[in-house]
This record gives sequence, C-alpha cells and structure tokens, in this order.
Amino acid sequence: METTIALAGNPNSGKTTLFNALTGAHQHVGNYPGVTVEKKCGIFTFDDKRFNVVDLPGTYSLTAYSLEEVVARDFLALEKPDMVINIVDASNLERNLYLSLQILEMGLPVCIALNMMDVAKKRGVTIDIEKLSKLLGVPIAATVARDGKKGTIELIETISKIFHTSNDSNNQQSNSKINNNRLLSLIKISYGNDIDNAILDIEKIVNEYSFLTDKYPSRWVALKFLENDEQIIKLAQKHGDLFDRVLCDTCKCDPNKCNIFKQISQQCDTKFIQKIFQIVTGVSEHLQQTEETYPEAVIADRRYGYINSLLKQGVVHHHYDSEKLRTSDKIDKVVTHRFLGPAIMVAILYSMYHFTFTYSELPISWLEGLFGLLSSSLDSIMADGLIKSLVISGVIDGVGGVLGFVPLIMFMFFFIAILEDSGYLARVAYMLDRVFRVFGLHGSSVMPFIISGGIAGGCAVPGIMATRTLKSPKERLATLLTVPFMNCGAKLPVFILLIAAFFQEHRAFFMFLITLIAWIGALAAAKLFRSTIIKGQSTPFVMELPSYRLPTFTSLLIHTWERTWQYIKKAGTVILGISIVLWAMMTFPSVPADIQNKTPETALKYSIAGRIGSSIENITQFAGFDWRINIALLGGFAAKEVVVSTLGTAYSLSDVDPEQTDTLAKKLSNSPDFRPLTAISLIIFTMFYSPCFVSVVCISRESGSWRWGLFSILFNTAFAFTFAVIIYQLGSMMGF
Amino acid sequence: MNRMSIKSKIALREMKDNQRGIILSVNANGEMGRRIRDMGLVPGASISIQGRAPLYDPVAIRIMGFTLTLRNNEADYIMVELES
Repeated sequence: METTIALAGNPNSGKTTLFNALTGAHQHVGNYPGVTVEKKCGIFTFDDKRFNVVDLPGTYSLTAYSLEEVVARDFLALEKPDMVINIVDASNLERNLYLSLQILEMGLPVCIALNMMDVAKKRGVTIDIEKLSKLLGVPIAATVARDGKKGTIELIETISKIFHTSNDSNNQQSNSKINNNRLLSLIKISYGNDIDNAILDIEKIVNEYSFLTDKYPSRWVALKFLENDEQIIKLAQKHGDLFDRVLCDTCKCDPNKCNIFKQISQQCDTKFIQKIFQIVTGVSEHLQQTEETYPEAVIADRRYGYINSLLKQGVVHHHYDSEKLRTSDKIDKVVTHRFLGPAIMVAILYSMYHFTFTYSELPISWLEGLFGLLSSSLDSIMADGLIKSLVISGVIDGVGGVLGFVPLIMFMFFFIAILEDSGYLARVAYMLDRVFRVFGLHGSSVMPFIISGGIAGGCAVPGIMATRTLKSPKERLATLLTVPFMNCGAKLPVFILLIAAFFQEHRAFFMFLITLIAWIGALAAAKLFRSTIIKGQSTPFVMELPSYRLPTFTSLLIHTWERTWQYIKKAGTVILGISIVLWAMMTFPSVPADIQNKTPETALKYSIAGRIGSSIENITQFAGFDWRINIALLGGFAAKEVVVSTLGTAYSLSDVDPEQTDTLAKKLSNSPDFRPLTAISLIIFTMFYSPCFVSVVCISRESGSWRWGLFSILFNTAFAFTFAVIIYQLGSMMGF
Repeated sequence: MNRMSIKSKIALREMKDNQRGIILSVNANGEMGRRIRDMGLVPGASISIQGRAPLYDPVAIRIMGFTLTLRNNEADYIMVELES
C-alpha cells in the first residue's frame, strides 16, 4: 500500500530543494486540473515502504485569493493526504508558522520539517525543537535540504517512525492509514470573545446542515465565513440550492416553475446562508463600531499574537542582535543602489543574454547540421516526388524548426533558474516595478520582455514561458500577450534583408529605431489591454525579497530540464501538423503539365497560398504589399525566418539562405514595385503581426485557453496592419 | 499603546531610511488587506525601512527578520508609531 505525503510551505522555504532531496530523479511535473499551476509528484522508498510525495505550490497563507493558495488548500482538503510535511524556514520562524497554524486548523496530520537550521544558527538563533514540538503538538524534524539525502535523514526517520508505531498500536487500521489522532494537534486559537462566540454559533449551523463537514472541521468552515472567504461562500450558496433540489424532488416538478420550491428555497436561504450572514455582519458591525477593525483583521492579528506568545515561552533564543546587517543586506546596499543598481542590472541581463545566444549557437548548428544531413541523405535515397517533398520540406523542416530552438531554450532557462533561485530576480522586479506599473504591468514583467528580444534577437517562446515567474494573473496575461512584439532572432533576418536593400548607410540607426519601436508598441498594447479587456486594479505588490542564496546545481538542472521537456512535448506535436499544412498550401494544386515556363515563382503563384496571396492583394495594397509579400508573410506564421526564404522563391531565386541575402537584397532594391516605403511598412508589419505558431501554442497553454492564442493572432495582425497602412499612406502622400 | 505620542504617528510611506517603528493599524480590506496581513504586517509588529527602489517606489522594509517590499500606495494603508 502506498502512502501519500503532501509538502506544504512558504515560497523560498527550501520546499522544492527538500522535494528534490527526497525524490531525486523519481519525479514528474504536470498541471492541476484546469489551471496552469504546476503539480509535482514523486516517490521515495524507505524500509521497503513506498511514499508518494506531492509538492504543493508555495504559499504564505491558505486564503482563497491566489490560484496557488486555492490549489494547495483544495489538495489538502479533498485528496486527504496521509500526512502533511510542513516545511518551516527556521531562520524565519514567525511568518512560516503562520501557515503552519492554518494547516493545523484544517485538522490535518502534520509533521514539521524545520529547514535551514544552518542559516538560523549562523544568524545566532537557536530553537528548542522539543519545546516547540510539545507546544504545537506535532512531531518536528530538523533538516538541511541543501545537503541532499544526508540533510533529510532525520525527517525520513521521523516519518517512518510515525507510520510504524501507528501500525503497531492500531492493528485494526489499514496498513497505509496512520492513526490520525497521534498526529492531530488540538490547536484552538482564541480570537477574542466576539469572534469566538460567532465561531461557536456558526459551527452549530454548519453542523446542523452538514455543510462541508465531511471535508473540513466545522470550526474551520466557521472561521472561513468570518474571514469572508469567497470560495466557501460560493460553496455555501450552492449547498443551499442542492438542499432545495432534494426537497423539490419530493414533489417531482420543474424547480424553476414550482411554487413550493420557491418557498422552500427562500426558507432555505433564510435558514442557512442568511442565518450565517446575520452572525457575520453582526460581528463585523460590532467590531467596526468598537475597535474600527474587521473580523478578518482580528483573526490575522490573533494568529500572529499566538505565534508570538508561543515563541516567547523559551522556544527561540537570540544570541546577538537580530537586526544586525547581514551579508544579504550588504549585497542589497550595492545591488539595489540608486545608481549602481540599474547599472549592475543592465550588465547582468546583458551578459546573460549574450552567453545564452553565443553558447547556444554551437549546439544549434549541430542540430541544424544533423537535420541537414538527414534531409540531404533522404534527398539522395528517395525518388523525386510529392512524398519526398513532404518529408523534407514538411516534416523535417518543421520538426527541425522546433528542435532547433531547444539548446536556446535550455540555456535561457538555466540562466533564469540561476537568477530565480539566487533571489536576484525579485530585486529586478523591485527596481523596475515603478516603470512597468505605468503600463499596467509588474516589475517581474521585464524578464519575459528581454528574453523575447527586448535587446533584439531573443525568442518569444521562452519569453512566454518565463511569465510563470509572475504571480499576479492580470499582469501576467498582459505580459504574455505583448512579449511577441519584441524583435526575436527570427525577425532579424527579415529586418537585415530590408535594411541591406534600402537603408544600407544607416544600418545601426535603423536597428536601434526598430528596437525602440518594438518596445513602444508592446508597452502601448499592454496599456491598452490593461485598460480594456484585462481591466482591473493591479495586484498588490507585497513581495518578499528572499536572502541571497547559492543555487544548488541539481535543482538548476531539474528546473531547466522540466521546462525544456514541456516545450519539446507540446510544441513539437503541434508544429509538425502546421508545417505539413503550410507545405501543402504552397505545393497544391501543382502547375498543370501543359504550361511551359515552370519556375518556382509560377508554381508558388498557382498554389493555394499563392491564390490566397493574390486574392487579398486588394486589401494589403493599402500597406503596399503585393501577392509575393503576402505569401511570404503567410509562411512567416510557421516561423518568421520563412518570410525571407519565401520572398526568395516568389522573386524566382531558388534556395535563398536566410543568412546570405545579398542577391535577394539587390533584387528587391531593383524591383520597381518595391519602394523604400514598402520596406518600412513591411518591417513594421513583421514586427507586430501574428506571433509564429509555436508562440501561439505557448500563449494558449500558458493562459489556459485557446481563445487567447486565437486573440493574439487576430489582434496582433490587425494592430500591425493598422500601423503599416498608416505609415504607407502617410508616406505616399508625402511623396516617398 | 502610548496615546501621548500622537505626533510620531505617521503613514509608512513617510518613513525615512533606517527609521524604525511599530505598526499601529492596517486600514485595508479585501485582497489588499489580506495580502498585507498574511505577510506579518499586523498591529504591534516592529518594522524598519531597509531602503527604496531607484525610483523611490516600492519601499523595502524589514519585519520579523525578513525583507518585504510594497508599493507606496500600499504603504499608505499602514500607520506607524515611530520609535524615538
């Protein structure tokens, strides 16, 4: 029989490190049903016993405001793990115990892993573990998760001892289930007379209507009503409905039309929800009149008060001044300094960026070589024809396109993991929040923007995935919808081609201008989203600046691999399909045999893509685009580099290498219908129009809905077209 | 709580670097109030200003031995009694 253990704890308490130390490589990552919160599961065995470990999202509290909190709370209540290991950061005991109290109040079997004892000791804090264990009524084990297995032995022994003794002492129980009473702490915090009485009153009603009593202790449910908990209130409303429906079944009629039902449902409301609300409002009004405060505020105050008095009973000893400047503070004095801070930040971001793109070049070229070898060997083996063309142009080019990004994504995530795990990312958010807030974004939005090509030459795919570090849902959505506006590495060949063809003498200036325009466009769009479709108050910034920490190599690798593998799995399957579709569109129908002049250009014009390109010429001419440009942009939907190679085909140059565009550039600048103004219009359009397909897949996945993916295709294209038309028309009027 | 020292009661936003104080009240409700309180910003807690971001917003404070940042408009909800 298996035993399920849930790991719960604050962010930065070393929870993930402990999880890695316990399970090693035996873990997998998934999502909680319906939400994008990561669910990590793993197993470890000890004394021939198998333990299933679930790593819950890191939270400070168990209210229902953030997605992570709801997920953690639902898992604890509904899945009923055999034990909850609550990781508590010993160097930050007070705030960590705030969560512990809430878990204990849920009536779950808890074992505390007192982590980072080494850090606490260094800060001159000693903790009387036995005393704390006795006061809280739960077993506590000291751990140093950073030291891997060695640092968690005591914890594993404690866990297995609990399960062992409970088996001996209670043979009637199933082997995997432990005797809950042994672990259940009877914690009952007093919240003051007013609230305590209200709790008792609500408890009575909750029990009478058996509302959620199978899942939570009634005292906890009562507390949640007083805390104004949205989730519980919603459930209570549903419970009332359900209660009515059961009654209505007795008269077997349509509840919407039944008069008896209406009466009962009104009564029901009065009896259940109204009764509870009456108590809650009564207490709220009383507290506001007498103490100018709210029940939820009193509850939080009392919890911290309880912890304070607990720790004052000789649990914690400070050996020297706890407010003494720590190493972490000293680093912050420099790193977040008014002038030095931003300079250091630019240097770090730039070098990270530089390293990623420089060092991923080699493995990318290996992969490209591998795929080149594959297609050239297939080229010589297979007979000419449609199947060969499908395999080489459709399948290999498509899959190769996705896998070609993999080294880049791995490097990027590795560096992000370093910044994240060391604690620096929180400082970046802290320093830049003021700037990004103006546009309805968050300080943490800067990372995704830079990765996507904020300094020209990134990639939107890892950028979109990096928005996971953002904890505020609205700001996160606005960020992931606008990062594709940045100039990724695949757009650069297009810009370089056009600049080389028309503005060769002002190259640097134009590149700088293009970067600037991308930022302006992205931030303006973010502002537009945040004041229309993703309207709403900004999420509170209240954020911890964790102490700087040297990341462990294992967790960096695990972090990197997890995200890379998710990318390969999801994007890989979809891009294969879309590249086959695009191939078919550019191939069929093929030119009839009786036509003499069979250049690639005529073949392309004859295909579906060519026909689409020609048919929308009527509209696109306002931006200065003819059918050739239209096809190229259509191809760019698969990957932006394709714009260049398709333009080459359309201008009857077979095989244009995106890196060697001199001949194409000459051809373009000599072409009568390709003016410098067309080039500018095309640059603007390429910059802003629909993200490439892999990005669209990522946007859909990360936002949790295909609608946002579709939205980004339509909105971005409309946005880009509007700008391109304005520029082209104004330019034409001025005679360019 | 010393009612005599009303003069030294100010909003957290107005506190200077390295100044210390005790939280008197948190006048925020709903999500904002909850987030603030969950992080330990409750009446009676002792805080000090660690520093400010380069654009003077957000502010970093030290509370119960860890560092917390919040925006100035969020700091407005918190009243503090300065330590002399």
